[in-house]
Amino acid sequence: MSTIIQGHKGIGPRVSGEALVAKDNFSARYDLDRIKGIFSRPQHKLCGQNYLGKVLVLDIAKGGVATAWMLNEMKSRDMAPAALLLNYANPIIAQGAAHADFPLIDRFGQDITEAIQTGQRVAVDPGSGTVTIED
Amino acid sequence: MKLSTYEEDILAGGQGPIRQKAIRQQIAIGEFFDAEDLVEVRQAHIMADTESLGEAGVQWLEEIAAAPEDQRRVVIPTITDPRGADFKAYNRINHDEAYVKLERRASDAFRGLGVLMTDTCINYQTVMPPVPGEHIAMGDTGVVIYCNSVLGARTNYEGGPSALAAAMTGRTPRYGFHLDEKRRGQTRFVVTERPKNLDDWGALGGIIGREMGSYYEVPVIEGITAPPTSDEMKHLGAAMASYGSTALFHMVGVTPEAPDLKTVFDGTPPKPAEIGKKEFAAFRKDYAPEDDSLDVVVFAAPQLSLMEMEAVAGLLKGRKVHSNVACLVVTNPENKAASDRMGLTQTMEDAGAVVLEGVCFYQMHARELGQANGWTNLMTNSAKLTNIIGGYGYRPALASMPACVDSAVAGKMVK
Repeated sequence: MSTIIQGHKGIGPRVSGEALVAKDNFSARYDLDRIKGIFSRPQHKLCGQNYLGKVLVLDIAKGGVATAWMLNEMKSRDMAPAALLLNYANPIIAQGAAHADFPLIDRFGQDITEAIQTGQRVAVDPGSGTVTIED
Repeated sequence: MKLSTYEEDILAGGQGPIRQKAIRQQIAIGEFFDAEDLVEVRQAHIMADTESLGEAGVQWLEEIAAAPEDQRRVVIPTITDPRGADFKAYNRINHDEAYVKLERRASDAFRGLGVLMTDTCINYQTVMPPVPGEHIAMGDTGVVIYCNSVLGARTNYEGGPSALAAAMTGRTPRYGFHLDEKRRGQTRFVVTERPKNLDDWGALGGIIGREMGSYYEVPVIEGITAPPTSDEMKHLGAAMASYGSTALFHMVGVTPEAPDLKTVFDGTPPKPAEIGKKEFAAFRKDYAPEDDSLDVVVFAAPQLSLMEMEAVAGLLKGRKVHSNVACLVVTNPENKAASDRMGLTQTMEDAGAVVLEGVCFYQMHARELGQANGWTNLMTNSAKLTNIIGGYGYRPALASMPACVDSAVAGKMVK
């Protein structure tokens, strides 16, 4: 049986993919090596992990404004994650998602980093704000 | 969302496809954050260095710049954050020519839109500071937190595409820090050890920023009785924004919306967390050098004020930066021109430092610069930079401005 998790209405198209989860924050500029497609900030819990095509499940959006451009730039090179699920987005990540037409949902009413586990397949539907964990 | 007649006209395409797309994007963001309407803004500031833009972003800008003039011109004064290359000095730091070309294309495109190329993250010190209550669309976290907190203006973080949308419509979605109720204090800190140097103010910002749970959490600082200088506020805010994604803080008795505790909190103020010697020491431990190896000393992030330029020049005067070490001093074009005129640039360059303008270290392909120049061990007095630059393959150390200069001269990290 699949589990459906309800969040706030999101931005971007429906996608599905494999989850990569950590109770840590997200900034494209601070945390990623966008050429290699891996988390690169030494302090990040996903440091060294490949994020390409993954549904990233993280705590909150942190850091600077560059992510607003970077999602589109990463997507243009086919070097982006599939979607981003956060406990709390900030304006920058929402603006970046709107600019890149990139799937983003937040505010689930529960800790999304505990609700989903790395390796699970999830379907993300920003229009309805739902995430479905597929068995 | 409620739209005015003017906004409805933009949405219907009455003012061309570029403004139509801009307002559609603003509505999507507004709905994401439950905004009721759009608010008129009087100034926009765009962060759009080529490292973030990439080829995709530059092409997107060029497409807009190719539109008829009445469709592509910004409708409010619009200025830029630091660029990705210093056209006058890029070859002195082995900056890849390909990036410089990309930067020229982006700059040309922005000029075509009527954007003023201020190339600065300290516009509140050098261009036109907003006034209390003014709604604006600022595109750099350090600029946002300073304008909101110190000046009492109202802005969210407006990333590049979003600030450009504001420039195209003269509006932004009314959510977050445009609303009175979102500007109230939430978390309380008492500082028992007043920061001394700029890096101490940055450290305080970092300590508070790390404690912040979301963009909407507003910290309130007590214990700073005499007002800090603009540069101290700049380092405090820039670091807090960088570590915390924080857009507004209050300092009781100092900043305009916090005359006293009672005014800044709704109801009973929460119990304060103390920040003293112990907290500063713990923070500094994360950015203490493992050994004394040093490759590059960076004064940037935020760009230096004229007063900081004078201070660095004073410390470098009559000395020589060690031949194994690079020393970069980064400011905006306005302060560079002033520093040239006042002889400060000459003093720093005579000592072997490289003075750059219109850029910031982490916004100019720092990873590739590091590889091209063999830079790994970096020393700076910017707590913001130490937060960012680890992800670019550097080992950052935080130290005071005098210690940074002493280290640059010695060719190794000295305390």
